[in-house]
Amino acid sequence: MTALAEPGGGVGLSPRVFVRRIFAGQTGPVLVVVAAIILVWYLGAAFLNAPQQMEADGRAGVERSLTGFLAATYSQERPVLPAPHQVAAEIWKTTFAMKPTSKRSLVYHGWVTLSSTLMGFAIGTLLGVLLAVGIVYSRTLDKSLMPWIIASQTIPILAIAPMIVVVLGAINVAPVFAKGTVSAYLAFFPVAVGMVKGLRSPDPMLLDLMRTYSAGPWQTLVKLRLPAAMPFLFASLKVAIAISLVGAIVGELPTGARAGLGARLLAGSYYGQTVQIWSALLVAAFMAAILVTLVGIADRIVLRRMGMAR
Amino acid sequence: MVEEVAREAAEAARPASASGSVIAITDLSLTFQTADGPVHALQDIDLSVDRGEFVSLIGPSGCGKTTLLRVIADLEQPTSGEIAVNGVSPDAARRARAYGYVFQAAALYPWRSIASNVALPLEIMGLSKAERSERVKRNLELVNLTGFERKYPWQLSGGMQQRASIARALAVEPDLLLMDEPFGALDEIVRDHLNEQLLQLWAKTHKTIVFVTHSIPEAVFLSTKIVVMSPRPGRVYDVIDCDLPGERTLDIRETPEFLEIAHRVREGLRAGHSYDD
Repeated sequence: MTALAEPGGGVGLSPRVFVRRIFAGQTGPVLVVVAAIILVWYLGAAFLNAPQQMEADGRAGVERSLTGFLAATYSQERPVLPAPHQVAAEIWKTTFAMKPTSKRSLVYHGWVTLSSTLMGFAIGTLLGVLLAVGIVYSRTLDKSLMPWIIASQTIPILAIAPMIVVVLGAINVAPVFAKGTVSAYLAFFPVAVGMVKGLRSPDPMLLDLMRTYSAGPWQTLVKLRLPAAMPFLFASLKVAIAISLVGAIVGELPTGARAGLGARLLAGSYYGQTVQIWSALLVAAFMAAILVTLVGIADRIVLRRMGMAR
Repeated sequence: MVEEVAREAAEAARPASASGSVIAITDLSLTFQTADGPVHALQDIDLSVDRGEFVSLIGPSGCGKTTLLRVIADLEQPTSGEIAVNGVSPDAARRARAYGYVFQAAALYPWRSIASNVALPLEIMGLSKAERSERVKRNLELVNLTGFERKYPWQLSGGMQQRASIARALAVEPDLLLMDEPFGALDEIVRDHLNEQLLQLWAKTHKTIVFVTHSIPEAVFLSTKIVVMSPRPGRVYDVIDCDLPGERTLDIRETPEFLEIAHRVREGLRAGHSYDD
């Protein structure tokens, strides 16, 4: 009794202490949000699938109890909104329970998308850094390029992606490059903007210092501007990797839907396979989360090695 | 053309000839064009600094003392007048790395360790690795920072950071050291301590030092010559020879000789300022 009277006193792991510990970190809040999303999702699924279910039941002359009706809305073949467990089962079936080489495996399609994502990310990052260096070092480029860079991003990617893919396809560029180009088109922008800011971030005093050493432009770039831009670069890379994935998926939509997560989305919507659409969507989201996390880890490692993470 | 500049630079790196005038400034003026009209930062400056001197530029803020130092360092261009550093133009002197510059803040690169910060100018000069590490070791020893090679700047106190930045300036092995209020941001006790160390350093290395400050005791304590400047437009009001004995300790600040010079500096500052209100 006494042990219970004092919260946490002497008890190994009372439920209260356990709950408090979970909520002290990030785990608690994240769990609450996930639970809320799943709850809303189930409610929405029941609500959205109910008319279709009532119609089907009416046609077949089936009478159901409330719980039976609910269960039926959660197990339709082509629901308006599939229930979370249906999507989870589909993801499991098409990833772990299937050979990765199968044309229906999400691992296969995920890999196709991932390869163009990474290619586009690499090209976009390189392009963005080069543009930024040009802009910082040349007033002419600053004046002439910057408006075009901003204009490039005001064109909806959905409008320009098919043209890129079709044009590059016509001159026999491999699809992975064509999709990578769409990714790069999106990814270079945050990198260029972030790096322009980063390369200009050194204190005037540090730039004066380089001048007193009569350092050349190349030495100033390598020894001062680039290291100083690293935190800016990584912030940009996190955005760039995520939109590279978006670019790759969008790039897959007009290719005739042969392979990739975008192709799965498109095929799913052709045939009304909502479960397939949602599982492809979720896998794309997981992939984006993992990629952003990886960039974050690289960020931390690099900055710690540079002694900038305290 | 490029070769010519290089040759001129090589000459500038060598100590100037017997005459011993490291810095010679005649009739120098600098006007900044700003949105509110021209600002006369410096007007009709005449100044000469001899080899081995410790010259302080003192004056209220806005008198152009930092600007003058920056002109010597080729970080600002004068509007008119003549200036020679080591007998050549400031530009050539800078290319020859004839001076070391110490800023108001330590200006250490946060991503470089202390040793690596001191090695930075040496990397730019293209010295061999052995030469670099030898100079880093020697100059860190000179400012009593041995043992802190692998620390990052943020792990050091403000005074230690500024000492590291002095070591960095010395590592270039210039004959001329330009210091822009290097201890201005430090508290008085640390500043006193660093002043003593700087004097010892100066005695050991026989460098020519031009030192910007707005502290009268600091200027009198350190200098062989004090240049009193007045603001708007920035000009030289008075040049005071500071003939205190070479070996100085902080106690010297209580002596009548010290107070007399300090008094003259204060008078100069006040007179230069008088038309202000």
